[in-house]
Amino acid sequence: MEDFLVIDHVSKTFGAQRAVDDVALTVAQGESFSLLGPSGCGKTTLLRMIAGFEQPDRGRILVGGRDITSLPPEQRPVNTVFQNYALFPHLSVWENIAFGLRMSRRSREEIRSGVERMLELVRLSEHARKRPAQLSGGQRQRVAIARALVNRPQVLLLDEPLAALDLKLRQHMLMELNTIHEQVGTTFIYVTHDQGEAMSLSDRIAVMNAGKVEQVDSPENLYETPRSSFVASFIGDANFFSGVVVEVQHEGYVRVLVDGLGSPLVLSNGAVSANQTLRLMVRPEKISLTLTRPSSGERVNAFRGVVEDMAYFGAHTRYRIRAGEHSILAQLQRSRFSGGEIDPARGAEVWMSFHPDEGRVVRLEAAA
Amino acid sequence: MSLESRSARQWLISLPSLAWLAVFFVIPAILVIITAFRPADLQGGVGPGWTLATLREVQDPAYLPILWRTLWLSGATTVVCLALALPVAFQMARAGQRMRQVLLLLVVIPFLSNFLIRIFAWKSLLHPEGPLTKLLIGLHLIPENAVLLNHVGTVLLVLVYTQLPFAILPLYAAAEKFDFGLLDAARDLEAGPWRAFSTVFVPGVRRGIISAAVMVFVCCLGQYVIPQMVGGTSDEMLGSKIAQRVFSDRNLPHASALAGGLMLAVLVPMVVIVLWQQFGRKEAE
Repeated sequence: MEDFLVIDHVSKTFGAQRAVDDVALTVAQGESFSLLGPSGCGKTTLLRMIAGFEQPDRGRILVGGRDITSLPPEQRPVNTVFQNYALFPHLSVWENIAFGLRMSRRSREEIRSGVERMLELVRLSEHARKRPAQLSGGQRQRVAIARALVNRPQVLLLDEPLAALDLKLRQHMLMELNTIHEQVGTTFIYVTHDQGEAMSLSDRIAVMNAGKVEQVDSPENLYETPRSSFVASFIGDANFFSGVVVEVQHEGYVRVLVDGLGSPLVLSNGAVSANQTLRLMVRPEKISLTLTRPSSGERVNAFRGVVEDMAYFGAHTRYRIRAGEHSILAQLQRSRFSGGEIDPARGAEVWMSFHPDEGRVVRLEAAA
Repeated sequence: MSLESRSARQWLISLPSLAWLAVFFVIPAILVIITAFRPADLQGGVGPGWTLATLREVQDPAYLPILWRTLWLSGATTVVCLALALPVAFQMARAGQRMRQVLLLLVVIPFLSNFLIRIFAWKSLLHPEGPLTKLLIGLHLIPENAVLLNHVGTVLLVLVYTQLPFAILPLYAAAEKFDFGLLDAARDLEAGPWRAFSTVFVPGVRRGIISAAVMVFVCCLGQYVIPQMVGGTSDEMLGSKIAQRVFSDRNLPHASALAGGLMLAVLVPMVVIVLWQQFGRKEAE
């Protein structure tokens, strides 16, 4: 993979706060990439440094091999779709899209054809003469995208592009953004705090926490093999158990002694040694519930517990199950009843089980 | 509360100020215009009957250069004030909460001292024996025998000085509501800092610009103290002439005709601007 956008060990401090702490990332040309994290994790600051609105204290930013760290925003091959769209209220849709072309002093013909091309891309040709105030949220969003793409940037930054839209429109715009990305082929960098948005929009995601990048990976890998408990809990739900390694098996499995749950077998997910203290992670939907102990051999981890609470979500049902010290979250798909699973009531005694491949070892964090 | 009774109440609340305006502004203004059609009497009052003679008198071509000077001085003051006030309003709106209050206070501080005293201060400042003249001569920036006072440029300078706060305040009010994120968007779309300012900030505060321009221009039109105190004998403005007709010539109808004409000359374009603004607002919705 060619490194097109390079964030080379960038740091930025505001007062006493380290907003971005030694972040190093590379993004390939044409890739759809997300910076994901809770508010205050530094993702917006990083975006503003790529756009040129903030100067990094340390580190460099390169696009296509060119160092753009010291360039002002207007000289960067980067354009931005702002969170609140920042459309010029005194200009029509047409003039908003034409703005970038006018500022770079293109010919009248280039401006006209550029704007028409963009209006077609975002399907707003019939609204060209309207003012931003006369448009719906989704339409404004599309104007903002067209306006940012008209100068054919090498990198398009999108700051929480869907945050201002309601749920239905958001789902629609998700598809639309993917379509636009496919059509223009530009590198898209999303900034979002919404893991669902990041997962469905991007090829790869950088999960950020407290100014640092926790993990950069494909959505699938982030979900299935999170490297830290922060990533595991930020993307989807997770059950965590602390334990001590009692046995390191071949093929990357380890047996971990967890207080009150016996010693489940899980994938080690990296180098571990005996007697090491670590954390296990199991996703709620990986846990099966049965009335009797599952009998499918020793490669199944099974524990007994009592259903404390349950919540019906239509497509699935969630259970909170008490097992000694532990409170475990399990999620059942209603269609899986045929698989011998049960529909336990509150207070019922059940067996929880998960396959060793579904358990993960995650990094032990001092704070978590 | 129904909509009607609410609007009735709003009218009731604004009744005192409306009455004030009617008694002390509208009625006198009408009286001024009426007086222009009455003959002057020798005692400086108004004689009986009606006449159009005054209207013919004020068409004296000698007024033309004065009218022209009044217009261009007011226009130039407006342009200079806007040019100075726009960056000030911009910076004030971007400043932090505390800094903003300090700056606002600084803008209104000149009003704490009397208008005439401030003009007089300029007079001593620019006097041939005054500190500014001596300093500039000392620095060889102006010739030895230069006179800064009694010049049309001095009138412009002092007009700008007195009117600047009236330009800054409405511009600041508009700039405070401006979304500065739009400037980021402009910079992002290849506009340099100056072009972002002129193509996005200036249109963004256009209502403030219109208010400031009307405020400054109208206030300048009626000025007579400034040209009289710091200007030369050939720097009279229309206001000076009106004052002269009232105080020296004691010809009230003549002064009324000049004042009424000036008033209509201001009022008509203003009504046009207000209507245009109203239309513009409807269009933007």
